[in-house]
Amino acid sequence: MTDATSMIDGEFGIYRVAELKPQILALVVDIDEPALDLGNVTEMDAAGLQLLLFARREARARGKSLHLTRVSPIVQDVLQLAGMSADAFEEASA
Amino acid sequence: MNEYEQAQQTFFEESRDMLRQIEDALLVLESDPHDDETLNALFRAAHTIKGSAGLFGFDRIGGFTHEVETVLDRLRAGAITLNGDLAAVLLLCGDHIGQLLVETAAAEERAETNAAGADLVARLQAWGPEGKPVAAATKPDTAQAAEAGGARPWHISVDFGPSVFRDGMDPLSFLRYLGTKGDVIGVTTRIGTLPDADQFDPETCHLGFDILLQGQCTKADLTSVFDFVKDDCTLRITPSDAERSRWLEILRTMPVQERRIGELLVSCGAITPDELVRALARQDREGTSRPIGEVLVAQRAVPEEVLQVAVSRQKEQRGEESRFIRVQADKLDSLITLVGELVIAGASANLLARQTTNARLLESTQVITDLVEEIRNGALQMRMVQIGETFNRFRRVVRDVSRELGKQIDLVISGADTELDKSVVEKIADPLMHLVRNAMDHGIEMPDVREAAGKSRGSVLRLNAFHDSGSIVIEVIDDGKGLDRNRILQKAWERGLIPPNTELPDEEVFNLIFMPGFSTAEKVTSLSGRGVGMDVVRRNIEALRGNVRLSSRPGEGTTVSIRLPLTLAIIDGFLVTVGPASYVVPLDMVVECIELPAGTPPGASYLNLRGEVLPFLRMREVFDVDAPPPAHENVVVVRNGAMRAGLVVDRLLGEFQTVIKPLGKLFRNLQGIGGSTILGTGEVALILDVQALIDSAARAAARRDGQPFRADPGETVTSQRGELITLGE
Repeated sequence: MTDATSMIDGEFGIYRVAELKPQILALVVDIDEPALDLGNVTEMDAAGLQLLLFARREARARGKSLHLTRVSPIVQDVLQLAGMSADAFEEASA
Repeated sequence: MNEYEQAQQTFFEESRDMLRQIEDALLVLESDPHDDETLNALFRAAHTIKGSAGLFGFDRIGGFTHEVETVLDRLRAGAITLNGDLAAVLLLCGDHIGQLLVETAAAEERAETNAAGADLVARLQAWGPEGKPVAAATKPDTAQAAEAGGARPWHISVDFGPSVFRDGMDPLSFLRYLGTKGDVIGVTTRIGTLPDADQFDPETCHLGFDILLQGQCTKADLTSVFDFVKDDCTLRITPSDAERSRWLEILRTMPVQERRIGELLVSCGAITPDELVRALARQDREGTSRPIGEVLVAQRAVPEEVLQVAVSRQKEQRGEESRFIRVQADKLDSLITLVGELVIAGASANLLARQTTNARLLESTQVITDLVEEIRNGALQMRMVQIGETFNRFRRVVRDVSRELGKQIDLVISGADTELDKSVVEKIADPLMHLVRNAMDHGIEMPDVREAAGKSRGSVLRLNAFHDSGSIVIEVIDDGKGLDRNRILQKAWERGLIPPNTELPDEEVFNLIFMPGFSTAEKVTSLSGRGVGMDVVRRNIEALRGNVRLSSRPGEGTTVSIRLPLTLAIIDGFLVTVGPASYVVPLDMVVECIELPAGTPPGASYLNLRGEVLPFLRMREVFDVDAPPPAHENVVVVRNGAMRAGLVVDRLLGEFQTVIKPLGKLFRNLQGIGGSTILGTGEVALILDVQALIDSAARAAARRDGQPFRADPGETVTSQRGELITLGE
């Protein structure tokens, strides 16, 4: 329960979001200090972004903050495109 | 002239109009710098010149006007306030544009003009964005925003439809592509429509983005980015400030004609054709009569402000089109000439009809006569313009001259809506200019002198106009020191204009200054006092069948009254005969007709008209008619202004509409004859110059009474008059 980090690797996009949703939702619901490791993500699209933002919203709704332990350059790029950065992911509003 | 040249011609004419508007606006703003409407008018006028100049590739005009416009724009934005210095520079800029127009029209380019232009541009810099504002900004926020260069960027708001992911599209790729159109300076991702956790389907798109973008692109460019998803996203684009002002600029300058609001907005780039189609569809769906503009604003397709400008442009165009048509003056002139001929031909037909006893013919010619009269009045009305525009031109003159002379002169205009014939207006401007300058130069004293005389330091120059018995009277009134009666008399004696030591009544003394070669100015200035002028003024006015009079009170001021006929072309006349010939008296001047009392002695020059003294002239004598007088002679009582006189004629033939034909050069110096006309019978009738005859009757009467002789060069012509007329017939 305290091992807070969940890892998503490879593709983080439309083809996998349905499958990833329960995993991520479980992370923010069950873990006190949820953290995501995105260091091995090789592909990410808007569906992935949407799921990530969904996770953050759910965490916040429970008074937690979702921490990103690592982000790959791909994720970095997407976050930047969407007006966020990995460091300020928790604080960023959306 | 081909179409292009004609268009250029129109440009020059319109630009001159605009320059006048600029001048007027500046003068208004000088006294009320916060008159927003006038500020806008000022900006628009400059803008129109710039825009049209660009259209013709007149870069000298366009370039210079652009510099002026920059400053005007800052004025309008409230970043700077108009003060005397800026007004002076802007007035000079107006003059410079005028000069550029002249040179461009003549296809020349003078080096000194370019130098003057460069100088003005340099002076304008003081009020430009880099310069220090001379006056405090009136609207600090706007000013600061503008000065900080913080122009708002494009704002693109896009909400993707739910099926976008499933359709294989990645919204992020559109964001990436958008980045190629300009600098993305901020993105906010919205997931506001994301449902609750258990409802959330991660394959359904709920994303929206707000993007701020800086860059020189058009709305169409940005819209095209989203072409792939255009049916599956809601796109709202709010223009950057730069783009918004570009739209406004296009809207304000583009020809509007009969175009609809939607088309206007599309052609200025404010909305895309797609947006218009959608708005029209929505308007259709709603089945309401909500204007398309409102639908577009509701859809946030177009900023309210842009729509307002489009609407006002459309209105203004409609308004203008229904109010004015530009017609070439010569077309109007030839129409007037034709109407004149129609009047004559109509009179002739009328005469012939009357000789028959055919009642129906008489009736129909009567109808034609009435119609012709209406056409005549209508045609003449078309040439009538208000004198106000001419008066307004003097605002600048008065302003400049009073500065130059160090006098404080206010120009007060009244009767500006008084109408008179366009050709008269054009010809009266010069004489009027002379009178105005004279009044400022000689009439009005320096502020110190005025104060010492117990008057206010500031002086008032009035221009007034009104209609009076078929004439227009224009007055130039100053509250200056008045005319120096004795000095005028002295000078007239010195110059031999009148026999030495002759005395004259006040009014006649004053009118001496209209004599050729008369000038009382002790100091010659650049404005007046060169010894030419007043006589030229009188000659010009008399050439218009008008006259000029002067009245003055020492210490109180001088009034110059110009009396002019309303039109030069056609008059209502009163036909009389003397011997075998017919004469026309302008009907406006006829007061009444009486029979010459039997037994009036041949040498008499006065009549008793119901207890009043009426000087009269026997036309028979004036024109040296040999034929014996009829048993009963008639007197036509005429008046001009306050003066009345009787003209003794043989027979009265009645009213007669007549076209004035000018007399040839040979007869130019004739006194008492104003022109000629052709009667329905084909005969020539002379039109009497009533003013001259009244003067001459008054003089003759005074002379017989042993009153002082009045000098008038016209006097000597009298004896030749009869011979010339005999020749003319």
